Amino acid sequence: MTTVSWSSEPGTSRGPGPFLSVRDLSVEFSTEDGIVHAVDNLSFDLEKGTTLGIVGESGSGKSVTNLAILGLHDPAHTKIGGEIWLEDQELISADRTTMEKLRGNRVAMIFQDPLTALSPFHTIGRQIGEVYRKHKGASKKEARDRAVEMLRRVGIPQPETRVDHYPHEFSGGMRQRAMIAMALVCDPDLLIADEPTTALDVTVQAQILDLLKELQQQFGTAIILITHDLGVVAGTADNVMVMYAGRAAERGTVREVLREPRHPYTWGLLSSMPRLNSSVDVPLMPVRGTPPSLLNPPSGCPFHPRCDYPKLAGPELCFNQRPSISPETGHGDACYLTLEQKRELRTAKTEDHA
Amino acid sequence: MNETLLELKELVKHFPVRGGALIKRQVGAVHAVDGIDLTVGAGETVGLVGESGCGKSTTGRLAARLLEPTTGKVLYQGQDISHNSRRQLKPIRSEIQMIFQDPYSSLNPRHTVGTIIRGPMEVNDINPPGGRKKRVQELLEIVGLNPEHYNRFPHEFSGGQRQRIGIARALALDPKLIIADEPVSALDVSIQAQVVNLLQELQRDLGIAFLFIAHDLAIVRHFSQRVAVMYLGKIVEVGDRESIYERPRHPYTHALLSAVPEPDVSSEPRERIRLAGDVPSPINPPSGCRFRTRCWKAQDKCATEVPPLVRLSGNREGHLTACHFPEAPTTQGEDVVLDPALA
Repeated sequence: MTTVSWSSEPGTSRGPGPFLSVRDLSVEFSTEDGIVHAVDNLSFDLEKGTTLGIVGESGSGKSVTNLAILGLHDPAHTKIGGEIWLEDQELISADRTTMEKLRGNRVAMIFQDPLTALSPFHTIGRQIGEVYRKHKGASKKEARDRAVEMLRRVGIPQPETRVDHYPHEFSGGMRQRAMIAMALVCDPDLLIADEPTTALDVTVQAQILDLLKELQQQFGTAIILITHDLGVVAGTADNVMVMYAGRAAERGTVREVLREPRHPYTWGLLSSMPRLNSSVDVPLMPVRGTPPSLLNPPSGCPFHPRCDYPKLAGPELCFNQRPSISPETGHGDACYLTLEQKRELRTAKTEDHA
Repeated sequence: MNETLLELKELVKHFPVRGGALIKRQVGAVHAVDGIDLTVGAGETVGLVGESGCGKSTTGRLAARLLEPTTGKVLYQGQDISHNSRRQLKPIRSEIQMIFQDPYSSLNPRHTVGTIIRGPMEVNDINPPGGRKKRVQELLEIVGLNPEHYNRFPHEFSGGQRQRIGIARALALDPKLIIADEPVSALDVSIQAQVVNLLQELQRDLGIAFLFIAHDLAIVRHFSQRVAVMYLGKIVEVGDRESIYERPRHPYTHALLSAVPEPDVSSEPRERIRLAGDVPSPINPPSGCRFRTRCWKAQDKCATEVPPLVRLSGNREGHLTACHFPEAPTTQGEDVVLDPALA
């Protein structure tokens, strides 16, 4: 179940392919200060029943990518290029009615902050039921029964009474459960979870991540899990994509990326996190500098201003030419260093640290 | 541990809850901090961990005497400052400084960096040799910013740089104790590490004591020599870093540690504990042991008797646990799953 093909031939008509396929996606916003290149030439695939973790810092384009899948960008200020295929349907060129039929039905989203994502004026049951009524044409009674069933499924005690409560009567973890219930009410094929646990405490976070895994096993939903925490990805996802400045820096299975990370940015992310079993006497090894502004992204490899080895691959290569991810399938990264060089650097780095 | 700098004794802080239609009367109280004892030695770093609403920020504010305790004592260098007036507190204020969580709301957007960092010196009428401007530029250099940025405004800086400005301001008066309330939780992972390293350097070079408040257990472990775990207004376990992380005894500490997501795919299996539900309301905390409503070992005794914070047999000196039925001192225990959704 962890096999994901990363084939990349751009297709106009598609035969049987991956469940979700994003091809050469680029998203640009026009703002007062200029054009923000939020996502630049991004491709990835996702199979049914698997979880893709998208990891990156704020402004790396992870949320923007997923809003593009849902068609939630304001067309007046956004230029979207590339293709997004959900089975045999292209989503970027799809019209509003098609997208409206899709959202909440086949594709659903869980937001970071359940308190702002839920309406304070309506009961939980009504908000869950509304989605169901709209897409399935169910009656009020049916929708309410469905809401109770969903609340039970996500582990809310006494769902028959809780269904008539308002969001403020729920605690943080319960609200996030209610959001998950709402997202799953139409049995979606694709669930996008944008930092679903960032606002929660660790013990509750663990509950929610387990719940998502559990529901995925039951219903075979494909999940895109957006997070800044590699730890969350390690326990939940099958595949990972590390994003930096709107581009994919590295991708592969969780095991590949966390055990043998290849991109210097991934190294930096991993070495800046203290672990529960790491030595406390050595300082952390952060990535120096700050993430670049996407108004004016750096030339060449977007990571080169923060990279420790920008001259190793040649005097000017990293400064002038954008690396694309290679190899095209499996564990790949966007860096000009050879695998041999990376292996040596990493051994040296871990020895330094030990 | 050398001389004690800060001592909290049976500290209690209740916030009144008012209700009623016309005349607002007190109908209850939020038991934010409910009888905690904690000491911070000179030059020592003490971590305070717990989930949101457990009272760790209130404790920090009480220690800085930004809040007045309901009962109990705050001793600074042996002197009782629990109910001192602002005037009496003024000399002490310069020795206890705070670093706040949100680098956006804790810096005045209308003031330049220079004015912000100079502020504490002006308030306390301190004239460092060479002038205040020179001192500010020194401080900017210490925290890793360009001294030329003296005249810039906070909006010109990124989150991590702003947090450095906040740190420079806290250092302006050569404090003996810094209370850092979630100083890195608003920052990106790669920036977090930069700020943690900076704080650690300062701690080492300047010998400042820290009360480090955070919810991230890995960062607290990295930063603190001693750690106190709070739950619903009480300290449930306190001890040196090794005792808390390697040999925890309180079930809640076990649960917290087992819930931390770690970016390892190959490490030996850790104990897995999934608590049910959320932290109860501090307005009406459970009787007896406050953790009993989520604890898998709770018995009748836990509902009637408050467990004292004591040294259990087998614990090191200074490692105190408040539990009637403590866990074995290892983190390789059995899995416990209490979450109804996963049952």
